Amino acid sequence: MQEIIQYLFSGITTGAIYAVIAVGLSMLYSSTELINFAHGEFVMLGAMAIVTLWVHMALPLPLAFAGAVALGCCMGLLFERLAIRTARTPQPIVLVIITVGASIFLRGVAMIVWGKDPFSVPAFSRHDSIEIAGAALLPQSIWIVGAAVLLAGGIHFFLKKTLTGKAMVACAVNKKAAWLTGIPSEKMGILAFAVSTGSGAVAGIFIAPITMSSYDMGTMLGLKGFCAAMIGGLGSLWGAFAGGILLGVLESLGAGLISSGLKDAIAFILLLLILYICPGGLFSAKEAKRF
Amino acid sequence: MLRIKNLKCSYGSIVAVHGVSLSVKKGELISIIGANGAGKSTLLLAICGLLKNWEGEIVFQDKDLKGMSPPAIVRSGISMVPEGRQIFSPLSVMDNLKMGAYTMYRKGLKSQVEEDFDMVMEMFPILRERAHQLAGTLSGGEQQMLAIGRALMARPRLLVLDEPSMGLAPKIVEMIFNVITTLQSQGVTILLVEQNARAALKISHRGYVLETGKMVLQGSADELLVDDDVKRAYLGRDYGDFYDGRDA
Repeated sequence: MQEIIQYLFSGITTGAIYAVIAVGLSMLYSSTELINFAHGEFVMLGAMAIVTLWVHMALPLPLAFAGAVALGCCMGLLFERLAIRTARTPQPIVLVIITVGASIFLRGVAMIVWGKDPFSVPAFSRHDSIEIAGAALLPQSIWIVGAAVLLAGGIHFFLKKTLTGKAMVACAVNKKAAWLTGIPSEKMGILAFAVSTGSGAVAGIFIAPITMSSYDMGTMLGLKGFCAAMIGGLGSLWGAFAGGILLGVLESLGAGLISSGLKDAIAFILLLLILYICPGGLFSAKEAKRF
Repeated sequence: MLRIKNLKCSYGSIVAVHGVSLSVKKGELISIIGANGAGKSTLLLAICGLLKNWEGEIVFQDKDLKGMSPPAIVRSGISMVPEGRQIFSPLSVMDNLKMGAYTMYRKGLKSQVEEDFDMVMEMFPILRERAHQLAGTLSGGEQQMLAIGRALMARPRLLVLDEPSMGLAPKIVEMIFNVITTLQSQGVTILLVEQNARAALKISHRGYVLETGKMVLQGSADELLVDDDVKRAYLGRDYGDFYDGRDA
């Protein structure tokens, strides 16, 4: 029993990270209909930036945090400007391949900048772990889950309640009609990239203290985030969030109760199952169509 | 108000519009009629900026529209109701209207937007009832009303409608055309593109007939309605009909 609670705690913690990554992916998808396979690299950038700014340069944590998020946003904007917008035939498949290329590029650059060694980051708050029913809950976990809920909630609020957010959704639904109503679609796409990659960087910052950060950490995290987004149903933010938590918990339970070698396989087995049984995802956005 | 001179549009090697000229004066209701593939929609795409590679001249209120982006053209006062409605189905009816007012919000004219909501809701009472429904759940006619309402939210000086009657029941078509005449009487200049030539000409001041990318005929609506060529080609009657002298 105690064991299972412990697995749940660690599962929810990693799940919250997956959730943030999935929400970023899903948000970009619902405003530009693009799946960004380089999203994991922005998570890596966030983690590596916090290593440099906080651990190496010893900046105050809030400043380092802001710096790392800003780096994520800026790289996202550069990526959009230099790779996505210059595509001569902006068909979905071309753009997806561009994102795959960009992820290899970003990983290469990170390897040159930060080297191949993994770094560790201390916990954000140095408190003792809290004991609940015999299982230890790390303060870092509370940070992570809190930040994840706040970020996903913020993005949800932005898309559903603000004029700019709704305009972003309108662009995704029908770009030409959005243009004809006077919404500058390009600007909306750029903004979506900045928000999405910035939230990826946030995920990286929060995962840094509970894992080792290295130049190649992004690939797996990006794929896990993609799995989570698919489980929840692409385009549905809360679906992506729930998918992330679910994936984290199942991974942790599977690794703990069956075999730790299965940890990464579980995500992909889940993805395959979802694609077979319920390709739209568990919580896919309801289609608002009459027929 | 709007002057088009010698407009040429092509898709690759296919020329869709060759050398079309037309003018719309302030307060007029002008219709452009023509069969499928005559180049009507292409002409409109060029006006609203969705089509970039055109030659010739499009001038709106002394402003050259060449190279302007669609949002900039909306800001300058041209709103278009696109063919096939193109509403934002996952957004609510209210939010669709809000999107139409996007340029107004950005200009900081919030109080005017509120007035415009009331104006549109009064024009189409059904939209008030359905204000919080998702737009995708509306019927075809309601969607067309929403599309017109959305275009009006930008307070256009020139309203361009592309096939507003397409696929709608006759009763709804009648209602939409009534709204168009009302708008015109309120001072909105209107450019109407229609396949339903008779209905369009009946409410218009002047008309243009487009055929395979060329302007073949122009004149007052009354002239066009009785023109034999127009009758034969677009008003749905064959030779026999008007040799008999019967009215359709």
